[in-house]
Amino acid sequence: MKLQTATRLGLYAVLELARDPDKTLSSADLAERFGVSSHHLAKVLGTLSNAGLVRGGRGASGGYRFTGNRRRTTLMDIVALFEPAPGSRAKEPGEDTDIGSALQRVLIEIDEIAEATLRSISLETMLKSKGPSLRSG
Amino acid sequence: MLIPMVAIRPAQASDILAISALDARLTGTSKPDYWRERLAPGLHFLVAESDKGLAGFIAGEVRAWEFGQPPAGWVFAIQIDPRLRLKGVGSQLFDALVARFKAAGVTRVRTLVDRKDHLILSFFRAQGMVAGPSLQLDKDLS
Repeated sequence: MKLQTATRLGLYAVLELARDPDKTLSSADLAERFGVSSHHLAKVLGTLSNAGLVRGGRGASGGYRFTGNRRRTTLMDIVALFEPAPGSRAKEPGEDTDIGSALQRVLIEIDEIAEATLRSISLETMLKSKGPSLRSG
Repeated sequence: MLIPMVAIRPAQASDILAISALDARLTGTSKPDYWRERLAPGLHFLVAESDKGLAGFIAGEVRAWEFGQPPAGWVFAIQIDPRLRLKGVGSQLFDALVARFKAAGVTRVRTLVDRKDHLILSFFRAQGMVAGPSLQLDKDLS
């Protein structure tokens, strides 16, 4: 599954902020941490803010903090903010042929498994995973 | 999160009525005979009991060489009274079953989940379970 850059940045930002909901980080701090432009990240944070997952200050020095629910928010909730909804994709040339539709069934199967996986992992589960890099502090 | 006081113990024949009723309420299918068979020696069938009665149950078994895989503990079913969900009862049952699997000498726990059942998928994920080495395949024979 290939995620758009904005989606990955959205996941990074939410997970980083959800590690410690009391902590505030500026978009410049987050941008530096992920090695991306602050401008690019600001747009992503705007989308997350509109969804109620983060609340933030203005400008590059304004701080953001996590305002969602770690146990109720899944990775899919964030992915869905940035990726086109399943079924909304424009038809590709050749999809109406027998080979095209057979291939399409395989791709849909892959997408369904990917979606089930993303929907089953909450931020809480992700942040308490065994990997030391995801632990708070 | 409030953790209700529950006692985890092996299921008994006298629990089958309540187990079957809880399962039927949640799945829409009554199968008391199936649950009674789960009481057989060698199988692991545990209940969580609160002061108000049955809070939930879990059923599992150690199986060796299923689909060519070395011995592992399989979780076949887990059901929690909806009024007590998200309060740690399922985790207590899961931990108790895993302890029994470990005591039986296995080092892996497995289950199969409907990929559209996000609730139970999330539960097992929260217990640290990840995609295993097998992929389930189906074919419609009708």
